[in-house]
Amino acid sequence: MSVISNVSRRNFLRGALAASAFVLSARFQPASLFADELPHNTHVDDATLHPNVFVGIDTDGTIWIIAHRSEMGTTSRTSLPLILADELDADWSRVKIEQAIADSRYGDQNTDGSHSIRSFFQTMRECGATARYMLVQAAAQQWGVPAGECTTAPSQVIHQSSGRRLDYGQLAAAAAKLPVPPASEVKLKTPSEWRYIGKGSPSYDLEALCTGKAIYGYDTQLDGMVYASIEHPPVIGGKVKSFDDKDALKVRGVRQTVAIDPYTPPPAFQPLGGIAVIADNTWAALQGRQALQIEWDNGPNASFNSADYKKDLQSTARQPGKVIRSEGDVDSVFANGGKIVEADYYVPLLAHASMEPPAALAHYQDGKVHAWTCTQNPQGAQETIAKELGIAKEDVICHVTLLGGGFGRKSKPDYVAEAAVLSKKVGRPVKVVWSREDDIKFDYYNAVAAMYMKASVGADGKPVAWLQRSVFPPITSTFVLGAEYGDPGHLQQGWTDIPFDIPNLRVENGPAPGHIRIGWLRSVANIYHAFAVQCFADELAHLAGRDSGEYLLELIGPPHDVDLSKVQYPNYGGSIEDYPVDTGRLRNVAEMAMEKSGWGKFKSGKGRGLGIAAHRSFLTYVATVVEVEVDEKGAIRIPHVETVLDAGLVTNPEATKAQFEGAAVFGTSVVRTGEITATNGAVDQGNFDDYPVARMADAPFHTNVTIVQSSAPPAGVGEPGVPPFVAAFCNAIYAATGKRIRDLPLSENNLKA
Amino acid sequence: MIELKINGVSHSFDGDLAMPLLWYLRDVAGLTGTKFGCGMALCGACTVHQNGKAIRSCVTSMQDVSGSEVVTIEGLSAGGLHPVQKAWMQVNVPQCGYCQSGQIMQAVALLSTNKNPSDAEIETAMAGNICRCGTYQRIRAAIHAAAKEVSA
Repeated sequence: MSVISNVSRRNFLRGALAASAFVLSARFQPASLFADELPHNTHVDDATLHPNVFVGIDTDGTIWIIAHRSEMGTTSRTSLPLILADELDADWSRVKIEQAIADSRYGDQNTDGSHSIRSFFQTMRECGATARYMLVQAAAQQWGVPAGECTTAPSQVIHQSSGRRLDYGQLAAAAAKLPVPPASEVKLKTPSEWRYIGKGSPSYDLEALCTGKAIYGYDTQLDGMVYASIEHPPVIGGKVKSFDDKDALKVRGVRQTVAIDPYTPPPAFQPLGGIAVIADNTWAALQGRQALQIEWDNGPNASFNSADYKKDLQSTARQPGKVIRSEGDVDSVFANGGKIVEADYYVPLLAHASMEPPAALAHYQDGKVHAWTCTQNPQGAQETIAKELGIAKEDVICHVTLLGGGFGRKSKPDYVAEAAVLSKKVGRPVKVVWSREDDIKFDYYNAVAAMYMKASVGADGKPVAWLQRSVFPPITSTFVLGAEYGDPGHLQQGWTDIPFDIPNLRVENGPAPGHIRIGWLRSVANIYHAFAVQCFADELAHLAGRDSGEYLLELIGPPHDVDLSKVQYPNYGGSIEDYPVDTGRLRNVAEMAMEKSGWGKFKSGKGRGLGIAAHRSFLTYVATVVEVEVDEKGAIRIPHVETVLDAGLVTNPEATKAQFEGAAVFGTSVVRTGEITATNGAVDQGNFDDYPVARMADAPFHTNVTIVQSSAPPAGVGEPGVPPFVAAFCNAIYAATGKRIRDLPLSENNLKA
Repeated sequence: MIELKINGVSHSFDGDLAMPLLWYLRDVAGLTGTKFGCGMALCGACTVHQNGKAIRSCVTSMQDVSGSEVVTIEGLSAGGLHPVQKAWMQVNVPQCGYCQSGQIMQAVALLSTNKNPSDAEIETAMAGNICRCGTYQRIRAAIHAAAKEVSA
């Protein structure tokens, strides 16, 4: 079929953030939806009718839809194809979803930042509608009637007046002969015509997920494959001084050892280096690894001790920092005296600990690499492998499996590059399997952060001036040597955009050097920023003797758009016109959460408490009320969580609710036990015994999620549930016990009565 | 050399008898439905049944399963879905799904000895199974739903 190049308008960068390019990066759309140069044919490409790279229809009526983003539990692999299927008017039961390889034809594939739906909503609609348009044209031609007289039912074109019907499969060949219409000619459905958008669908993989048939990165197999387990330098930036593999090679099933070069700083996505044990199975590889004797050069980060580092951060947070946003004149209000309130908040390094540790299978052959892996970032894996092996990107075919959790860790493809490097050295397909200890000790951690908060409170108990300063090693320190200040992409996260209506307001950031790989973890900087802002607001409410819910609403103030025109505010890659920081929507979710939780009627104290927080992140507004019970021994239960979210138009409500239920559990882990520490540069924790995460009894007994009905543009749902939960949980503990939590995790605090 | 049955099929093994069953299942027998999560019996992702009881296959050696009947998620229900799997689907439990083989095997073991578990009994029985996505409230709901189905 002919190649139509009418989509150059899509070849643009949206919200390109130079300073944080590594992280939130540019959210680009496909350069051409009609590209003919294929690194790898898909079922879509091979289908009889395939008007674009996302959808293909076979003559038997099978509809292939590409899932170009990774599935780690958010249901994006189902929800994006569902949007396309809706505009195509497809029978969902005849849809087959095909997971894309890394391929720039699809645009951005890095599944992070809670933007799969919002960035590709329109693209999916147009791709589906284009195919539907061509099928209708083909039917109309066959019947000799105007296309305007034809309509569609799932997977059929119907001629209304004559009652004639043709299945999409019967029309595919004729439709394929027609020109692909320009987007301007293609009419999208009105929302009232949607069959699937807004109603949603269970995961396409649901049965596979319940029967052990789902294939994750850890499960990949290839004939002739060997297993690799790698002893990494215990300190980031360290290297092997010498090693003895005599005993390792004696282990039954161990074939050889391979040294992997240390990386050249900064670490970015490069393999960490170390000694790999290659074996016939995972157990032999692990046993061989234990028998290795290695002398390390620990390198420049061997002086990193997290306890000292905490003191440094807190001291920096008490010093003037870089001004990020300033309204009015904070200094003169503070100088005039009045009631001054100060507080220091702290959140430690956090590890992702997805249930599936990193794993990748790679096969290097004749200058080309095939990799199969659980990655959030297939194009990143492709580029990293190409760079490590000195081959062209086009010679790396990266296949994406299901992910056993990701939370941001699997956006960093260091482990995929390891498999490729080893396969080349070993001359066979190699599967790199990380142990739990590897996962926890060699993570890209969510930054440790210290926040200093200061307010001058007026006679009415409300702040006249508010200063907030955060200090954290920036994510950029993983990618740029010497980076010490937060970049706009992370300072925006619940910090620059503080939504409170306070006349004198200053937002600052202080410097912190990176000594360990810093990355992004589900909701990222929003975790510590919302914790400080929403808990400090709660402190001021209690100081004023006010109801903290009512006080929060007053701080948010009357509905308005926060003016961020004078500051750097990337707005998560969304335009500020489409996605203003709308305090009316924030207030609305807070009011709804209060009403649904019975906020006004609940009596806090004597070991029972309600706490509230409201926060916008990833363009979504969320308010959460947490109910806690604390017994005299300090044991905590969370009987109920009430969460209200406004994420604009929601494609898959059931899956969205599940994301917010899960976010409450994720937040529970952050508050209760989430802490990574380091001694002499090496991470102290290694498994679920010393890095515990929430179990059933620790988690909220029930989280009730309410979705605000909205036709606003779609926003994120994977991450925004975490930050308000963390703050509301801590506020609830205060309400129950009178103990203010400023240092996380909770296990460091004594809650005994 | 040891012998055992996995999902009704006889296997013999003459390798390292210290090898945990988990790695035999996954790397040798090709049954990858049973997952690795921690290697220390801390997370439950590797849960299978040995003679009807839930065990952590990551710390159970091949020696220890000699002569045993082992059932994995693949062999849970020969024809169609087990009521617990049906309940899991009905309640839409999984998010990423990685821990769910272990959760389901643990839940089946619970219901085999307790037809109608209370919330507290579910919490106790499922305490060794971690779900990082946080599907616990749906797991609890699915166990209740399966209990109704089983006792009906």
